Amino acid sequence: MDPRLLRYFNTIKERGLEPDREKRILVELEDGRVHERPCESPDVGKARPNRFLRASDNPYEYSDPFVLQAMQVHRGSYTSGLQSIDELLERDNQREKDGFPRKIRVGRLIKPGKGGKGKIVVVPTTVEEKFIHDMSFDPSDDEPVAGGSGEGEEGEIVGEQPVHEEGGPGSGPGEGGGEPHEMESSAYDLGKILSEQFELPNIKDKGKKRFLSRYTYEMTDKNPGVGQFLDKKATLRKIVETNISLGNLPDPGDIDPSRFLISPKDKIYRILSREKAYESQAMVFFLRDYSGSMEGKPTQLVVSQHVLIYSWLLYEYARQVESRFILHDTEATEVPDFYTYYNSKVAGGTRVSSAFRLVNEIVEKENLARDYNIYIFHGTDGDDWDTGGKEALPELKKILAYSNRVGITIAEHTYGASTSTEVERYIKDSGLLERHPDLLRLDVIREDAAETRLIEGIKKLIS
Amino acid sequence: MELVDQHIKEIMEGCKERARAVGLRFPDETLEYIVTNRDLLELSPKLMIPTLYDYWVHDVDVLKEKGKYELYPVNPYETVINTRPAISFYNDNNPDWLNVMIFYHVLAHIDFFQNNLFFRHTWDYDFTGQALSDKRLIARLRSEHGRWLDYVIEFVRGIDNLVGYYHDLSHLNHTSEATWSKRVNFYFDVFIQTINKLKIHEYVKEIDRYNDCMKKYEELGEELFFSEVDLKYPEFKEVFRKSLEKKPERKADLIELLIECSQFLNKDENEWMKSVLQVVRNTSLFFQPQIRTKIMNEGWASYWHETLFMQDDRIEGHEVEFARVHAGVTSMPRVGMNPYALGMHLFYYIEELVEKGRYSLEFRRISDARRREKFDAGTGQGRDFIFKIRENYCDFMFINTFLEQDFITRKKLFVAGRRLNKDKKVYEYYIKSRKIEDYRKTVLDSLYHPPNIEIDLDKNKNNTLYLNHHFEERPLVKEFITNTMIGIEYLWGGPVQLETSEFVSASPSTGQSYYSVGLPSAQEAGKEPTGEWQRVLYTMENRKLSRKTI
Repeated sequence: MDPRLLRYFNTIKERGLEPDREKRILVELEDGRVHERPCESPDVGKARPNRFLRASDNPYEYSDPFVLQAMQVHRGSYTSGLQSIDELLERDNQREKDGFPRKIRVGRLIKPGKGGKGKIVVVPTTVEEKFIHDMSFDPSDDEPVAGGSGEGEEGEIVGEQPVHEEGGPGSGPGEGGGEPHEMESSAYDLGKILSEQFELPNIKDKGKKRFLSRYTYEMTDKNPGVGQFLDKKATLRKIVETNISLGNLPDPGDIDPSRFLISPKDKIYRILSREKAYESQAMVFFLRDYSGSMEGKPTQLVVSQHVLIYSWLLYEYARQVESRFILHDTEATEVPDFYTYYNSKVAGGTRVSSAFRLVNEIVEKENLARDYNIYIFHGTDGDDWDTGGKEALPELKKILAYSNRVGITIAEHTYGASTSTEVERYIKDSGLLERHPDLLRLDVIREDAAETRLIEGIKKLIS
Repeated sequence: MELVDQHIKEIMEGCKERARAVGLRFPDETLEYIVTNRDLLELSPKLMIPTLYDYWVHDVDVLKEKGKYELYPVNPYETVINTRPAISFYNDNNPDWLNVMIFYHVLAHIDFFQNNLFFRHTWDYDFTGQALSDKRLIARLRSEHGRWLDYVIEFVRGIDNLVGYYHDLSHLNHTSEATWSKRVNFYFDVFIQTINKLKIHEYVKEIDRYNDCMKKYEELGEELFFSEVDLKYPEFKEVFRKSLEKKPERKADLIELLIECSQFLNKDENEWMKSVLQVVRNTSLFFQPQIRTKIMNEGWASYWHETLFMQDDRIEGHEVEFARVHAGVTSMPRVGMNPYALGMHLFYYIEELVEKGRYSLEFRRISDARRREKFDAGTGQGRDFIFKIRENYCDFMFINTFLEQDFITRKKLFVAGRRLNKDKKVYEYYIKSRKIEDYRKTVLDSLYHPPNIEIDLDKNKNNTLYLNHHFEERPLVKEFITNTMIGIEYLWGGPVQLETSEFVSASPSTGQSYYSVGLPSAQEAGKEPTGEWQRVLYTMENRKLSRKTI
């Protein structure tokens, strides 16, 4: 048992706990599980004995950021890369009308899924055609060769590589985006259906000013002494300043520029700067309680609801919405993508405030409140070790000061149905719902709720 | 994306001092930016040039299986870009000692960019600034012409690997020819060489005679020289006069030709397209030297980051960490080729050989292996020599000239072959050869080499553009021919023909489609090649492709 948790447990116990809550907390406290994610494919995790690793024999595949700094260039998913796949296909249709052959290939990738079940994912690809040599062609010798180094006689075998290693069709190198990519793709399709069938209310229709989180690169930053090009106006101003302070400009009415003294630092240059393209936008935080008590139905509900919201945002606001994902038990942690968020297993205790605090920290640190509409969706079973929300409420109040909407979903356990849950109780008691009807929404669902109920829930949260 | 803080900048400035002290040359000013993964995501399709123009293909997953670097002829993600001032990109959590290493690497790259003559055409302007104005131009044109702008970009990009890079370069590195008159140049360069086809000794005699005349009679020398020429070749005057009337023949590359001569582009309403062609061409030209010097550039940078890091007094205590990273960067893989390693070791090897005076007749005459091993003339010129190489060579010349058997033997390099073992269902990699000829060929074959396609103006009839692909024992990728030619036809505004070579195999074709991924099993059996090369002519007219054998 984590001693820190135990200490925390003792503090809240001193504050007073009902016996059955104490029992529930103790169950979570003694829960030995850890948050893990399911294996992405059945193969992962199994050691591949003596697998022969072959380096590239193409010198152009090596490059500094990877080799020297171990930087990772994540391949962006196409949904974030383009405004939408529809636009892409629309573009392709238009090509045909304009008399040019279609250029976008909608490829189907089969990804090995959980339990050996393959999933088909649709990925648009294209290629830029040029006159190039067919490097794979060699009529005289159909045996590919590569460079190599090390000991051994001519003729000696230095390594072996299974013939069918690459898995399903289309999953060659570079295509191995893995599951997160797939998650986005299917979420995208789902979002499309949602938007069509359920007519979810639009965040856009609220008339909020939206900032897009895209960037453009401009040369607006100023830098004295060095840079890409000279800002003549600013430079001249600086020179005049310098000369005034040097007393080299006795009569402002009669300036002789040829007498100016110019210091190297007087030259003001423009350098590259990253500018936000102000078109629109919002930041959405997804918060999920993944404590031990969330096991089973509540997690499923919360996660499916968040999938729905996420899918819908992805579809409706393609690249205009940024999402952040936070998981919490007694500690909150930010995870990089929806896949991790979706798949991390439940374990540990519950402290809602930790997640709220993390949101506050992120918002403050990155100064998000200024540039973004901030939406927060929190899913929990309503259980919180923090009685009366002593820690959670102050954090929540802070959030309400800058956010555009906080939607809390409580998936109630059936066993706790007689009384309302801890989170529900302290939020209702706090009076925040009445004071900020526009900012804070609470939706309580039973753990046996159906999907339609979830959609209604979303409507309630975002209307 | 923001500039590095003062602490890191100070480290950089320290590196600059030390790098200068050993002879690297680069401008005082550089800009270092911290980049996040998010920045990289946006920068990488734009080849790390933040201001490159927008183009939708950058946003789509691009198929890059076969011949990928032939299609995308750039080192996609360099840490440093060749701009004025040079810009480099860093992780924000690199430890100081690692930054020292990377800074040396980057400084050596900058030194290479700014001193290697293959980069000559990039020295006089800042590409980020140029790209930004191009990007604005493209954005404006897109708002005016919509999708047609993207078509034009697409079509020009289809031929942007055929830019006349060497031609442009040769102009920049040309010495002035003004000291002789046109008549003298024509006489010696064209008339007696190509028209009269004099033998070499006769040619030399003429030069002697010319020099004599100039010495004896000074200003009148040339007239006197030609009075004798007129007697000998009465037709010379007339031929020379005609040659002056002819427009000087300039070898334009395909994009230039389109800009100058395309009837379609020269219509008033299409004039705007020409600037798009220019933008794409300039961008392509900018990147050409980079891909032609990959092994040298990385080798040079690795050589210096190792040399300078080991001498640096600021990094004591991090030698082991450095060794780990450095070994990862510069180790030769068991199968595969690492340009960092190959280039670096070759630079060290050349330096050592020159240092010992082994590029000499004296050394080459020695056949006794033991004496060869001991030979050391102690010239002390090794480093000067590699500086000359970094200035004057590109990858092809570097590998072709300096890769030799002793190096292969010392570094235990070999050519690996791959064959199918049907019983074990595996591909076996085995040591195929340790001979220099084979290894050199393998390396050279892996270098970037766009097809040599020339415009044949003589066959250019009835507004038909005739392209001639010179045979280099490789066919073009067939699947790409149609769309590329549709693009050229569009830009040219008339039919386009392409003459190329194709291998026609006698047995039923096992030709594999570009888009089918996976390994063909039938081809691996080691069949005897049967078939022959054929010249074929593709004609693109009204967006229909036809093919005939010549």
